Amino acid sequence: MDAAALIQALTERFPDAVRSSHAYRGDATIVVSREALLDLARALKGDAAFQMNFLMDLTAVDFSTFGKKPSSAFFASSGVAVRPSAELPDEHPWPGPPRVPNAAAALGAPPGPARFVVVYHFFSLPLKHRLRVEVPLEENDAEVDSVTSLWAGADWLEREVWDMFGIRFRGHANLKRILTYEQFVGHPLRKDYPVNKRQPLIGPDGHASDHS
Amino acid sequence: MSGDAGFVTSRLDEAVGWARKYSIFQYPFVTACCGMEYMATACSHYDIDRFGAGLPRFSPRQADVLFVVGTISQKMAPVLKRIYDQMAEPKWVVSFGVCTCTGGFYDNYATLMGIDTIIPVDIYIPGCPPRPEYVLDGLLKLQAKIQAQHESGTRPAPEPRPELELEPWMPQR
Repeated sequence: MDAAALIQALTERFPDAVRSSHAYRGDATIVVSREALLDLARALKGDAAFQMNFLMDLTAVDFSTFGKKPSSAFFASSGVAVRPSAELPDEHPWPGPPRVPNAAAALGAPPGPARFVVVYHFFSLPLKHRLRVEVPLEENDAEVDSVTSLWAGADWLEREVWDMFGIRFRGHANLKRILTYEQFVGHPLRKDYPVNKRQPLIGPDGHASDHS
Repeated sequence: MSGDAGFVTSRLDEAVGWARKYSIFQYPFVTACCGMEYMATACSHYDIDRFGAGLPRFSPRQADVLFVVGTISQKMAPVLKRIYDQMAEPKWVVSFGVCTCTGGFYDNYATLMGIDTIIPVDIYIPGCPPRPEYVLDGLLKLQAKIQAQHESGTRPAPEPRPELELEPWMPQR
């Protein structure tokens, strides 16, 4: 299935779960509510039309500072602007970060941007198509269902997301830090982690410096 | 004792220094890309065996020189310290590559800002990664150091890292 057909098939099958979708640069992407993630994932893996048997990547994005300040053009120091010109027509403009309905949405306000987005990249080895699934999460309730029951490879990926972003995975059997150490406080890829904060285990100001 | 015995002692010490500097058993603590340059130095093209350092030992108990090759993360730092503590005297430490010297361009939550914050270092070989010529130059300097300390009979302690005046914009320790 190509990107458009994939999005259409999923939207028809899960009309309530799929919040929005786009195919930016040909990459099929659906934004899914976290309540529907497991049902959708089960269908993606088991359904003969999808057969997504390969979880290529599972990661997360912290959008809390996204778009808050203008980023300079890449290689700005050389004086060469590498951003695409605004005058060039773009058939498929990037739709922006996913948004999550918050409490204000019940009053009719537009959904606000989500702090976190958990991103799943699926690939089907027999059918050779791929899909990106995004699950927006609120800051004060950063928890989503684990997909380790469907893709065993999600085990370490979910531990990495927990370690780096502090997003919990409900149903994960061994959700502990994988890259940093047990004594580490905080989650370093969160945008509010102080960029200069150091937590040495040993040496000056280290935890073990007294008895090592 | 007579002057003859003193002459023998000093000559013997020099001989020990000479023997030690040409029989360096290294422990390669290789963690990152600098390892490729270490391998290039050790293999036949640059042939570290010419300087008597051709036999890496993969046990710290058998090694004289700890080659710390590559970035050391905060998680790895206690392991490195333990390896250093397990080595028997006399022992020396070579900091191989700019990441082990200062942290290099890694200035983040994960990386140790130079191994001399946890263990003493005898020779620094900067470079990202250092070419094999740099490594051999560093090895020759280490040999001179080993010879010199046995000529004098005492082992000078490695110089402590100079205290850095921390400006407000610098990462605070």
